[in-house]
Amino acid sequence: MEHEKQGFVSKYIFSFDHKMIGKQYFTLAMSMGFIGGILAVLIRLQLGFPSQPWPFLENLFPVGMASGIMTPEFYVSLFTMHGTIMVFFLLSLLPVSGFGNFLIPLQIGARDMAFPFLNMLSFWTVVPGAIIIIISFFVEGGAAASGWTAYPPLSAIRSAIPGSDLGQTLWLVGMIFFVASFTMGGLNFVVTILNLRTKGLRMMRMPLTTWAQFVVGILGLLSFPALAAGALLLTFDRSLGTSFFLPAGIFIGDTLMPHEGGTPLLWQHLFWFLGHPEVYIIMLPAMGFTSDILATFCRRPIFGYRSMVYAIWAIGTLSFLVWGHHMFVSGMSPFLGSLFVVTTLAIAIPSAVKAFNWLFTIARARIQFTSASLFGLGVVSLFVTGGLTGIFLGTNAVDIQLHDTYFVVGHFHFIMAGAGLFGAFGAVYYWYPKMFGRMLSERLGKIHFWITFVAYYAVFFPMHYLGVSGMMRRIYDPNVYEFLQPLQPVNLFITISAFVLFAGQLIFIYNYFVSMRRGVPATANPWNSAGLEWSAPAHPGHGNWEGEIPPAHRWPYDYSEPGKKRDFTPQWEA
Amino acid sequence: MTKVSSWTAGAAAPIDAARTSSDRRHINRLGLLVALGGITMLFAAFTSAYIVRSGGGDWAVLELPPVLWMSTALILASSLTLELARRAFQRGSLPSFRSWSAATAALGTGFLAGQYAAWLSLNEAGIYLQSHPKSSFFFVLTGVHAVHLLAGVLALLALFGLAAAGKLVPGRSDAPTLTAIYWHFVGGLWIYLLAVLSLLG
Repeated sequence: MEHEKQGFVSKYIFSFDHKMIGKQYFTLAMSMGFIGGILAVLIRLQLGFPSQPWPFLENLFPVGMASGIMTPEFYVSLFTMHGTIMVFFLLSLLPVSGFGNFLIPLQIGARDMAFPFLNMLSFWTVVPGAIIIIISFFVEGGAAASGWTAYPPLSAIRSAIPGSDLGQTLWLVGMIFFVASFTMGGLNFVVTILNLRTKGLRMMRMPLTTWAQFVVGILGLLSFPALAAGALLLTFDRSLGTSFFLPAGIFIGDTLMPHEGGTPLLWQHLFWFLGHPEVYIIMLPAMGFTSDILATFCRRPIFGYRSMVYAIWAIGTLSFLVWGHHMFVSGMSPFLGSLFVVTTLAIAIPSAVKAFNWLFTIARARIQFTSASLFGLGVVSLFVTGGLTGIFLGTNAVDIQLHDTYFVVGHFHFIMAGAGLFGAFGAVYYWYPKMFGRMLSERLGKIHFWITFVAYYAVFFPMHYLGVSGMMRRIYDPNVYEFLQPLQPVNLFITISAFVLFAGQLIFIYNYFVSMRRGVPATANPWNSAGLEWSAPAHPGHGNWEGEIPPAHRWPYDYSEPGKKRDFTPQWEA
Repeated sequence: MTKVSSWTAGAAAPIDAARTSSDRRHINRLGLLVALGGITMLFAAFTSAYIVRSGGGDWAVLELPPVLWMSTALILASSLTLELARRAFQRGSLPSFRSWSAATAALGTGFLAGQYAAWLSLNEAGIYLQSHPKSSFFFVLTGVHAVHLLAGVLALLALFGLAAAGKLVPGRSDAPTLTAIYWHFVGGLWIYLLAVLSLLG
């Protein structure tokens, strides 16, 4: 086969093939996610067993875990980097850069992305960003420690805490690499989807996954530049003495800082103008995967396709108008706050449209319970749980009480982190046969699902109670407050559940890598799916289809048509 | 780039997903427009930061250096010469294309020199990046804009390289038009920034 002649470097490293680039993103995102998971385990270690010595950890972090006890500074770095790594390098890279690159050309009937070179460049731009982020743990002062939101003054004054110095600088550099890579990717998505659809594939015949990636590309292009602008101004404040974000009268120790007139609120506006669309950058692909997966395994056309598309657009558009709901207690004008309440609660409408459409797709269907469909159902469950708590937090009167408590931590781990992650897992189980030409083990997949699902609820559901009881987010040791001491058993329970959750993911990693070589060989369309991507060979080569690209004769959800021998009609059949 | 590759034909070569050269042209132009959308958002973010910050108590008025009017004239002229270059290319007159685009690159470099002169004249007056918020924004906005214009100058140099290698074919190559779109955009961006700096705050 011609394909074998390619050199190792051009095939596996500087590849132009969208599928290989997608898989490179998978490997990177899963490695980063593994590290982010370890950080989470360390965070829970401290909260479950406050200030208990773990001497073996001193070897890995001689400063942060001196004599085995976690320092508060190290704890702050841990949750900062856990958030940064998970939000950007796992939950954005895996569903968007990974699956977007892998799936878009296959689903729209194109041989590759519109700009293959840019695609390769985009991957190799994010790699140094990831490496810089990891290295920052081992520099003087440790990793950044101002939260994944990098609020000034903590992020802007180098002497504020140890992590504010070199660690924060590396954080900013790493994020600039990430932004550059992600905007290149978004550009590629938009142009590819607009221009390279196969014959007959009108926009309104596209799978919802591709629709989601299309809107995500636009969101990324419009929102990430705001972070780039903010990061540049922050760098100037840090290193060149400007006062964009720093007000007068900040003392570090006994030293008065020379800044004056700036406002930390400005950073929050710039950050959340990116930060909130970013949540939907993570969430929309998971919604798309869920729609495709549920339709396939319920053998039902997706309910309300048109309203699903409009909901994606509505969510995408509204996501630019709600950033202020992160700032209800930051000193923003209360009048402005009320406006943000209205726009925020408006998002509940398209979100509910999606949730009900899924429920109507599932209702009375004979669901095939595969690992993929289980994770798809998991998305619906987590999305509803997290969505309902979002209504609490989106209302400023309630948010004033709950802001910066564990209620918030519980909320976003359901809606963004959890639903996003479950969507990505479902997508891996569903599209793995097309990625590697082999099947994942369904048995391990189901074990993985049940451990993850139960442990996920066990970890994050009790956090709502902790939050309502007043436990602050980001607190190093809640037991310093007497009123939080009775909550220690809950924290211990969460910690043990978190260990189980982490261990469950090892099953997935084992399954993913071992099935590449040992999995049952897949057929071209193992799930009897109707989407165009399943017309490609089991393990498509560069260019995806050997002969002509198949045209699209219909939408990708023609399942269980009455009077047909098969219970589906593929998109590529007339 | 016009070859329609199938996956069996030379897998090591990148596969061009476009079907025809006019597809490719359309794709490249759309890609550029989308990228310009991203750059627009970058400056929109700077502008909103500028407006918010200008409400602060320590905002000070900054007398814009007069040399900016010279650089403004240069960048307007450069758009004109690049348009002449592009039309010469479309007529198939490569020598005329080369001289007009050389003039454009020279005018662009002149613009950058003018911006640098503006920085120096502010420094001579004792105004630096960190002096006050308006001066901070002045240096940041002009600096980030200059980087974008520098990219345009590099694109022009790349055009020269392509033309010298005989790879610019009138009627086939779209690179001059793409460069011109970008150049006009960056020129318009400067007019916008000048308006922001002189009219707002």
